[in-house]
Amino acid sequence: MKLRSLLLTYEGIYRFAQKIFRQLLFASSEWREILRQCYAAGNRSFFLVGFTAFLAGIVFTRQSRPSLSSFGAESWLPSLVSQAVVRSLGPLITGLICAGKIGSNIGAELSSMKVTEQIDAMEVSGTRPFSFLVVSRVVATTLMLPILVVFADSIALMGSYVTVHAINNTGFRLYFNEVSSKITYLDIFSSIIKATFFGFAIGFVSCYVGYNSENGTAGVGKAANKAVVISMSFIFIIDLISLQFLNLFR
Amino acid sequence: MAIAKPVGDDSAVVVRVRNLKKSFDGAHVLKDISLDLRQNENLVILGRSGSGKSVLIKCMVGLILADGGEIELLGYKVRALTPAKLNAMRQQIGFSFQSSALYDSMTVQENLEFPLKRNLALFNKNELNELVMTALQDVGLEDAAQKRPAELSGGMKKRIGIARTLILKPKIILYDEPTAGLDPITSMEINELILTVRKKYNTSAIIITHDISCARQTSDSIVALVNGQIRVEAKFDELKNTNDPELAPFFKY
Repeated sequence: MKLRSLLLTYEGIYRFAQKIFRQLLFASSEWREILRQCYAAGNRSFFLVGFTAFLAGIVFTRQSRPSLSSFGAESWLPSLVSQAVVRSLGPLITGLICAGKIGSNIGAELSSMKVTEQIDAMEVSGTRPFSFLVVSRVVATTLMLPILVVFADSIALMGSYVTVHAINNTGFRLYFNEVSSKITYLDIFSSIIKATFFGFAIGFVSCYVGYNSENGTAGVGKAANKAVVISMSFIFIIDLISLQFLNLFR
Repeated sequence: MAIAKPVGDDSAVVVRVRNLKKSFDGAHVLKDISLDLRQNENLVILGRSGSGKSVLIKCMVGLILADGGEIELLGYKVRALTPAKLNAMRQQIGFSFQSSALYDSMTVQENLEFPLKRNLALFNKNELNELVMTALQDVGLEDAAQKRPAELSGGMKKRIGIARTLILKPKIILYDEPTAGLDPITSMEINELILTVRKKYNTSAIIITHDISCARQTSDSIVALVNGQIRVEAKFDELKNTNDPELAPFFKY
């Protein structure tokens, strides 16, 4: 019985994904809702992503400095921080924050619409709720994550610069010359692609658990919780896979 | 098999259900249901909670997939429809939910505009306003346009729910417990609204209820559903003196 239920869940996920990809072809007709969702997703996470990235930049710089100093390699600090931020820290922080902020919101919103029959009401009036509610949100998170990652990377590097400047009085131009000399196009490109996958995973998982939630109001909390936990797990899995893949090119 | 209404003039039948079956986890909720709804008729489906009334109308619009039998609405064979045709059919059917199911992130005006924008691609502000105001006037709530569902009373929510179904000018309206949870006066107003809607929009309706005054006020005929089976089909006056132990209590209270 458990195996049957597991197989049914996998089938449900497969069909959900199939429906999204099929309807993505017509996603342009949902541009109004996509824009609204992009704004909501960006607006919801913008401040927190920036604030956390700034703090992460400071903390990472302060923690790395003593180790590098002990080898007399303090001048490597900008390149070390920039590589860590662009390759991993920026996308990871943004992904995790967005999983919490956007994922929980989507999961709870759709789940609450489901239990109060609002999705059924859209279905029976022929208004194609799947494309309106799910496709628009998945597209929005997929588009917004890379933008938020670029923003987070920039703010984290600013945090790092402020720290380095406060300790060594290093100039802005010198610091960012060091940063840009060590960052490759592959780093930037891979970071953006990875963020796109993070965004898709957050949108897909949150919409799936919200749209298929059950058990009344208790299901709403459960859906929000599942959306965050599963999205976060996917972020780490995608990060690990992308690291393995990118190592082939480095 | 109990056919709730003998098939006479077929051309006037807008909903035809034959041998409908549905079960959940082995529990048979609908057992061989057959009924007809005719043009401009109000058919009340009366039954206790859990008798399968809501499942029946949800099967009719394809929200729940039936296990067996046939459902034909306005000539569409529901169980064989492609998603696109199912959508086309649904645009001609109004469904008023027990919970009203208003979109709580939108104002009343946006709730009513939503099906117009999505189904008719109508984005002209003046046209939208005119249609929304007409629907709100029909339910007597033209002042509620800018309110959010959370600011409305239960009766107002029901009215707005009905206004939202009217906005696409449906040919058939399915009312799921339209008076559930309302005080007797508001219930009476909703019943009168159901009759007014039929008169103005020339609709046929299936009204799911366990409220006997709703059944008396709105029905042309009544189908009594007991444990997922049709027990009897009759006019209200014929049914009110029934000796059936399952149905007689409805008329006592």
